[in-house]
Amino acid sequence: MPDVHSLVNEFVIKLKKRKIEGSKATAKLTVELLRSFISQQRLPHSNQAAALIDAVKAVGEKLIAANPVELAVGNVVRRVLHIIREEDLSLATAAVGGLSLAAESDDEDDIDRDDHPVLSATAVAAAARNALRPPSLQTLLEDIPHSAAAPHTSSSGGDSEGKSKSADKNSVTRKLKHNVIEAVNELIQEISTCHEQIAEQAVEHIHQNEVILTLGSSRTVMEFLCAAKEKKRSFRVFVEGAPRYQGHALAKELAARGLQTTVITDSSVFAMISRVNMVIVGAHAVMANGGVIAPVGLNMVALAAQRHAVPFVVLAGVHKLCPLYPHNPEVLLNELKSPSELLDFGEFSDCLDFGSGTGSPLLHVVNPVFDYVPPNLVSLFITDTGGHNPSYMYRLIADYYSADDLVVRRKSAS
Amino acid sequence: MDSRRVPRTVSDPKVRQVGFFAPPDRSQSGPPAPASSSPPVSGASPSGNTLSPVMIPPPRHLSADLSRHFPQAPPLSSLGVARAVDSSVPVGSYNPSDFLSPAATADYSEDPLSPRWGRKGSSGKFATSLPASRFEMAVAKQSIFNLPPNGGSTMDMSKEQSSVSGKPLKEKTTKAERRAIQEAQRAAKAAAKENFDLKLRNMEEAMLTLIQLVFDELGYLKYGMKSNVVKTGHHTYLSANYDQSGLVYVGEGSKPSAAAAAGVNPANANTGKPVKAVSQKKDNSSVAPSEKKGGDRQPDKDRKKDVPHPRMQFDDANRVEKAKKRSVVKQTEARNRVELFRHLPQYEHGTQLPELESKFFQLDPVHPAVYKVGLRYLAGDISGGNARCIAMLQAFQEAIKDYSTPSEKSLIRDLTTKINGYVSFLIECRPLSISMGNAIKFLKTRIAQLPLNLSESEAKANLISGIDLFISEKIILADKVIVKHAVTKIRDGDVLLTYGSSSAVELILLHAHELVTKVFLGASSVLSNGTVYSRVGTACVAMVAHQFHVPVLVCCEAYKFHERVQLDSICSNELGDPDVISKVSGRKEINSLDGWANSENLQLLNLIYDATPSDYVSMIITDYGMMQSNFWKQLLRYQSVDLEN
Repeated sequence: MPDVHSLVNEFVIKLKKRKIEGSKATAKLTVELLRSFISQQRLPHSNQAAALIDAVKAVGEKLIAANPVELAVGNVVRRVLHIIREEDLSLATAAVGGLSLAAESDDEDDIDRDDHPVLSATAVAAAARNALRPPSLQTLLEDIPHSAAAPHTSSSGGDSEGKSKSADKNSVTRKLKHNVIEAVNELIQEISTCHEQIAEQAVEHIHQNEVILTLGSSRTVMEFLCAAKEKKRSFRVFVEGAPRYQGHALAKELAARGLQTTVITDSSVFAMISRVNMVIVGAHAVMANGGVIAPVGLNMVALAAQRHAVPFVVLAGVHKLCPLYPHNPEVLLNELKSPSELLDFGEFSDCLDFGSGTGSPLLHVVNPVFDYVPPNLVSLFITDTGGHNPSYMYRLIADYYSADDLVVRRKSAS
Repeated sequence: MDSRRVPRTVSDPKVRQVGFFAPPDRSQSGPPAPASSSPPVSGASPSGNTLSPVMIPPPRHLSADLSRHFPQAPPLSSLGVARAVDSSVPVGSYNPSDFLSPAATADYSEDPLSPRWGRKGSSGKFATSLPASRFEMAVAKQSIFNLPPNGGSTMDMSKEQSSVSGKPLKEKTTKAERRAIQEAQRAAKAAAKENFDLKLRNMEEAMLTLIQLVFDELGYLKYGMKSNVVKTGHHTYLSANYDQSGLVYVGEGSKPSAAAAAGVNPANANTGKPVKAVSQKKDNSSVAPSEKKGGDRQPDKDRKKDVPHPRMQFDDANRVEKAKKRSVVKQTEARNRVELFRHLPQYEHGTQLPELESKFFQLDPVHPAVYKVGLRYLAGDISGGNARCIAMLQAFQEAIKDYSTPSEKSLIRDLTTKINGYVSFLIECRPLSISMGNAIKFLKTRIAQLPLNLSESEAKANLISGIDLFISEKIILADKVIVKHAVTKIRDGDVLLTYGSSSAVELILLHAHELVTKVFLGASSVLSNGTVYSRVGTACVAMVAHQFHVPVLVCCEAYKFHERVQLDSICSNELGDPDVISKVSGRKEINSLDGWANSENLQLLNLIYDATPSDYVSMIITDYGMMQSNFWKQLLRYQSVDLEN
């Protein structure tokens, strides 16, 4: 499949050159690439899921290495891996359910069946899904004994490959790939509509006459604010910019949409925060501990908000949830941009001169892109699945990723 | 009422005493010493030494100060010329700083000092007597040391004490009152004087209220500063809340000790002095209750005024209208303003300059030098607290040089109104910084304190040299001292972070915080609740540094301190040109905000200052030394007293 590989390589180069910016765009492109990769992947008859996982992992590793700071790539790769596992599992359980249903009709007594003699194959499949899906209040209230069913299904999932082999091979083969692509399509849909789902919750959080501060330029934040505006809530927004001045563009757009907008400088955040009712920002990535990787300057905003007891709300699509725990994120998960954003080379050419004899320039310019906001500074995360506490993020993340995929690296054996 | 008040008056000064005397250990010896050695003359020399406790934190200064006085004395005596010139300069206009600066800035050449000494020593009556009494170094020194605070009243005191005749006292009061009335109502002068004399003898309460009235008329509190001290020649009448403390001094010690206490330290001196006079009167005429009453009521009244005057709120249409009528600079109100900041002035930038320039030659009320400075403020050529302050003072110097008193007007009154006019012009150009307000307050008190018998040229020379001194000591030398202090806090290998005007700088800290070991910041002002009022962004840097446990050191000259308190950066601030935000220098590609003023939904806000809470600041470095936030208020007291002198 040279065409897919060339696509992958092209994407890798783009990532390396930082041609793709923004976690959402990156995530979308990554997942689309993976979809086409999966659809072109030829799978062996046996052990399909493992083969597919290995193949995706190989590509994912490349993509992640291309831009390790863009955590969305890794997130999406892990999501796809998780989807494959999930689909495989549900297929297997369906097969198992079908088998056991047949066995039941044959009056073959099974110990498992003793507990739940009336369980149908669909119920088993649903239970299998429930084991993978986030536990919601709904499942708690619905009297599905998934707590009992889960161990069965997971155990049956473990030997699913052997069982699936025994099932109709052709249909399962096609079905896995088909299901995976279906699920990946869902994921794409989810990524592209996440800001709508987040924006739906705006009314619950923004009240009349509020003053809201935001930083940087985030599509999600903009949609969120505009959604509140559409619900006839009037408020004013503070935005700001340096050093990339994305806030200017956001301000312009907000004003064009009829929102009262005031642009302030980053440095006056502390001065203004006492009159702000809420800080709403977008994130670059949300780590498993609830910490946020965000545009530079956000830590300052979060601190100021904490000082003045202003709620600090982070909007994040699910694709921004990263299953990794940050270690020294200010340095290790950061990137340095060109100094030209901070100063004029013409003006500072003397200081930047390397030929001054000492060999080292007198002036160093540090222009980091990201900032790390520790979880204790965040009041609330709003994702497309609702609002969550920072301390709950690890659980939410665990629902979307499989623990086996946290390290996306092909096993040396395979 | 009295019974309720009295304990309060007692407790209040106790606090003060702690404030003044606690920091340096040896100061303990200061106050008691004069008390034990009751003769005021002998009490004077320790008092002179104990002046130094005023400059609190670095104890070594004390010794330096002490040792300095002796070497200093000969130049003083040899400075006959200087003294002769300045002979009638009022006393104590500058004293605390004089004591401070030689000590604090140990390595200054004596040249700047000697004229100061000369002037200080040669005050009023003493000026004539001093050259004669040069033979006694000790005596001369005593008098010198006493002069600044007491304005020579120690001598008077001793006289009074020895002969408890009411004569000198009366003389004193008449002078003071004459002065005050001259300034207030020339018409009622003679009558008032006589009445006043009478009243003084009988009821001090009346006197105090009258003085109060005079003060009211003089509008001393116009600038919201605690300048209700009027000095006439050698006598200071202080009606601020300090006279309570003064009373306490009197109440605590015997008369001589009270006098000595007043002499002991310049800060107290001003405060204690009027009381002293009053108390003696009280003792003599035993009208204590009534006097106390008067003394109490007045502080109350004054305390109210002591609170810094509320600033002009520009959302008050009436007042804005009035102000506009007066203004020289025709500013056009900026469009599309931020609602929250209506109370601050914001004008279109750049529109008024050409018009003002064309007015340059026709503007009568404003002196060209002042005008020039004003225009430069407007254009943003001069920025930074010190630069603006120095430019303003130098312009005032020019103006004073060219000043001539109109006939049938007194220099003191006329010049004050002139200066007021200049100041309001400068305010129109750009709101004053707190440091400038302090400097103006200093200049005005200085003018008000000019002895009446001074000729115009002498008075002008006096003022000009006073301004020179202010610049050199309070700003330039203060900076040197601060640098000296700050250097001791920097070790090899330290990575320092400072904050300039770039809004992006603080972001670097976030990245480099592991490297940064200290943060040095400047300040526009330090307010009395410890809030650092400074260039916008300072608070952010301090906050982030605080989070990462990096010490934050703020460097600020003491003349920038202010009595006001402030909790946020919104109630009082200054608005800069909003266009600066939309255009990023060197980044032409950022143009999304061009034409922002045409969109009614979009405003740009460019704040100039913000307020850093005191808990983010580890230490503040001033020319008085290095201190923590819990000492700011005390230092502020010294400083405000200092400026009033």
